[in-house]
Amino acid sequence: MSRRPFVRLVSGTRWYFGHPRYLRYMSREVTCIFIGAFALLLLRAVERLSAGQAAYASFLAAIAGPWSALGLSLVVIFALHNAVSWFNVTPKALPVQIGEGFLPGGFIVAAHYAAWILVSLAVLLFAGVL
Amino acid sequence: MNERMVQLEVLRYDPQVDDEPHFQHYEVPCKEEWVVLDALNAIKESIDPTLNYRWSCHMAVCGSCGMMINGEPRLSCHAFLRGFAGVIRVEPLAHFPIERDLVTVADDFIDKLKRVKPYLIPGEPRPIGAGEYLQTPAQLMKYRHFSMCINCMLCYAACPQYALQPLFLGPAAITLAHRYNLDSRDGGREQRQQVIATDEGVWECSFVGACSEVCPKAVDPAAALQQVKVASTLDWFREHLLPGSAT
Ligand code: SF4
Repeated sequence: MSRRPFVRLVSGTRWYFGHPRYLRYMSREVTCIFIGAFALLLLRAVERLSAGQAAYASFLAAIAGPWSALGLSLVVIFALHNAVSWFNVTPKALPVQIGEGFLPGGFIVAAHYAAWILVSLAVLLFAGVL
Repeated sequence: MNERMVQLEVLRYDPQVDDEPHFQHYEVPCKEEWVVLDALNAIKESIDPTLNYRWSCHMAVCGSCGMMINGEPRLSCHAFLRGFAGVIRVEPLAHFPIERDLVTVADDFIDKLKRVKPYLIPGEPRPIGAGEYLQTPAQLMKYRHFSMCINCMLCYAACPQYALQPLFLGPAAITLAHRYNLDSRDGGREQRQQVIATDEGVWECSFVGACSEVCPKAVDPAAALQQVKVASTLDWFREHLLPGSAT
């Protein structure tokens, strides 16, 4: 009997519409575009800062305005989504075995949030905001 | 016992006749407590004996009755009819070629399983007279959940990376390698790393996590793969950054 297996092709550009879990995954992945854009903006800010006070002031003026505010708000939302979705899966990558059991994943996630808060406080303290 | 008519749409493919698969509609008298596999058996026994599908144990142990049920990779022996409303769509496991009807070609998966050397490779030769290998309960727990895999391939059917890059070793094979790497009796990690810590191995995984969502045995392959990534990254740092490690 002759074999003629049938191969079902998967679209390389539309596969993520195939299931809600794939869309959820893509929503996490696209956050990197916004975070990458913000990193570039930050680099530009540092570069302007090194060019002197006037350069930095004009840079700040250039990014002021409602569109920038909207863009930066989006960045914050996507950055939060990125951080939360990654923090929530950390127990998978970093299991902590204690004797014959494992530390509940919630503790590992909580440790990440605690570290996040501590680092944020340290940065704010260092920046003189607190 | 209550009986009701259940509508099923089953993908059919006869390689000798069909150019491509097509759906066939069946109306099957089913008992309330039946699973999708029972409905398929009823079709084969009393409606259409030409229908092909794989199954064996009917108790979620053999791993052979995996199929797409309403677009979700499921064991058909584990999918209760009462959990579905309306027409139930049954297709062969996604991402595998269709051999005939609901039967897929599993050769690629079997080959990948073999490549990761899924067996104990003792670190040092040990005479039989030395007795059995002893393992503490804590050492067992380290890998036990990863050893529950029944090779049902549902995780491959859920994994979009495997669909897009068929060379990807995939969730179950890498999980099995990790299971043996974690075993205190094993000394074969270096051999397996050459297969799994590669572009077509664990680095093809982008952590979609679908494998763990569909796994019927709670093996959590996504966790295994992330742990392999962490361990492989630490290997790299040890090899390249520790004093005296330059090659
Ligand atoms: S890891 Fe789970 S889904 Fe994948 S083959 Fe094993 S039992 Fe099936």
